[in-house]
Amino acid sequence: MLRLIIALCLLCLPVQAAEEQVVLGLSQDRVSITANFDGSDILVFGAVKREAPIPQGPPLEVIVAVAGPSEPVTVRRKEKKFGIWVNTDSLVVDLAPSFYAVATSAPFHEVLTNVEDLRHKVSIERAIRSVGADMSIQGAQDFTAAVIRIREHEGLYSIRENTVAVDEQTLFRTSIKMPSDLTEGNYSARIFLTRGGNVVSSFETAINVRKVGLERFLYNMSREQPIWYGLMSLAIAIAAGWGASTAFRLLREN
Amino acid sequence: MQIYLPIAEVSVNAFLLFGLGGMVGILSGMFGVGGGFLMTPLLFFIGIPPAVAVATEANQIVASSFSGVLAHFRRRTVDLKMGTVLLVGGLIGAALGVVLFNYLKSLGQVDLLVKLCYVVFLGVIGSLMFIESLNALRKTRKGGASAPKRRQRGWIHAMPFKMRFRTSGLYISVIPPVMVGLFVGILSAIMGVGGGFIMVPAMIYLLGMPTKVVVGTSLFQIIFVTAFTTMLHATTNYTVDVMLAVLLLVGGVVGAQIGTVIGARMPAEQLRVLLAALVLVVCGKLALDLLLQPAELFSLGAPGGH
Repeated sequence: MLRLIIALCLLCLPVQAAEEQVVLGLSQDRVSITANFDGSDILVFGAVKREAPIPQGPPLEVIVAVAGPSEPVTVRRKEKKFGIWVNTDSLVVDLAPSFYAVATSAPFHEVLTNVEDLRHKVSIERAIRSVGADMSIQGAQDFTAAVIRIREHEGLYSIRENTVAVDEQTLFRTSIKMPSDLTEGNYSARIFLTRGGNVVSSFETAINVRKVGLERFLYNMSREQPIWYGLMSLAIAIAAGWGASTAFRLLREN
Repeated sequence: MQIYLPIAEVSVNAFLLFGLGGMVGILSGMFGVGGGFLMTPLLFFIGIPPAVAVATEANQIVASSFSGVLAHFRRRTVDLKMGTVLLVGGLIGAALGVVLFNYLKSLGQVDLLVKLCYVVFLGVIGSLMFIESLNALRKTRKGGASAPKRRQRGWIHAMPFKMRFRTSGLYISVIPPVMVGLFVGILSAIMGVGGGFIMVPAMIYLLGMPTKVVVGTSLFQIIFVTAFTTMLHATTNYTVDVMLAVLLLVGGVVGAQIGTVIGARMPAEQLRVLLAALVLVVCGKLALDLLLQPAELFSLGAPGGH
């Protein structure tokens, strides 16, 4: 029975989506990490395409969620043992995005209901997955909370309410700030159109974050030719040491 | 000026790295220590991942030690023979240390052990040096030129395989230097340092080498041990960040030159008091970190890694 309802819901979705659709633009669909990379702002803008007049009822709200590649994370908790603070319990959070930013056009609980959040995994809490939580550890949810707290502190996770500007229920725009400590990978940008807390349409696109130039060259070399990379590092070190020594001697003799 | 580090995958201020490199370089030139025991914790502090900090620091120590040792070669204060003997032990020790390090890593407690190692060794060596060098300083102040030249004729002199070390003016068995090298090699691989802060006192107090040649010989030996460690890290963990190393060593090599000049102008006893004080300060800071409740009880890491 439940399955049937879900199947029906899924069938209904495209019909809903057909009424109002997202036409999206990004100021850039690739982020190049160069040597002097110090963060990037991505302008996300778009319009709502519809065949019919604007539906009556609650106004259209927009959510933009940009996520980095998800990876498992080990969270360790310190406890006081024998007078010193040591890592005791640890828990692996199955999947946590390396970067996650949500921008909304109104307070979060107004633009999205809990049920819809659960389905689309939009809020930070839902974007992190920890299914295999070890029940023997006290307060397993403290660990996921810690991931969010630490990464929010580092500027990697953020939820910014009221930062999406919506004009005439048709045009919307926001800017997503990417910090300088970015890791490589395929980032996803998801846009949700909601009315009365329910998602009426969604759209997903990819943002490619890549190291380029010298960064790319050094990274590849360290993985593909580790021996030459190591020798190169040593050669640079020796040359710098010799160079400084000689320069100083000449300086002192003159 | 922000610089993105390709291996560490973080963005840091280039001038901050120049500054850190320069400061640690001066100390390294003055005292003949690689400076790793200062630099590695500083790199943790500015947000470099520990694995990258340890590996890159080894590479940077190669540069500052090489720069420093050239100055000592010109002053003929390097005992090449003793350095080579120490090196033999050092390389074996470093290889053993890496094996031990990986074993501890699999147990998940490597951070704690590294910190405890720091606190214990820095504490013991710092206190011993501080007391000893203060006593020596007091004696020279009194004008008692009759420094106890008489060397201990203890167990060290009873060992076989004796060798003459002309530059140091010693005729001792090769077993103690090899053992010192081995021990320091193990510690340097675990703690991510060159090991000068252990090597220097061991050479003075255990082997009885004259203070004059200790610094140069220690630097000479450190170059090879850290070069070996760099290669091990580069090929097994891929954690050497050349970009970070270059930024650090630009400041480091210049600092080391300045430090060597300062060191040559200061009396050996005062130099030792200062080094001892420095070691104790770092030890105290690390001990406080273990004893006081941290602001954040949780820490994140890649599974299986740090």
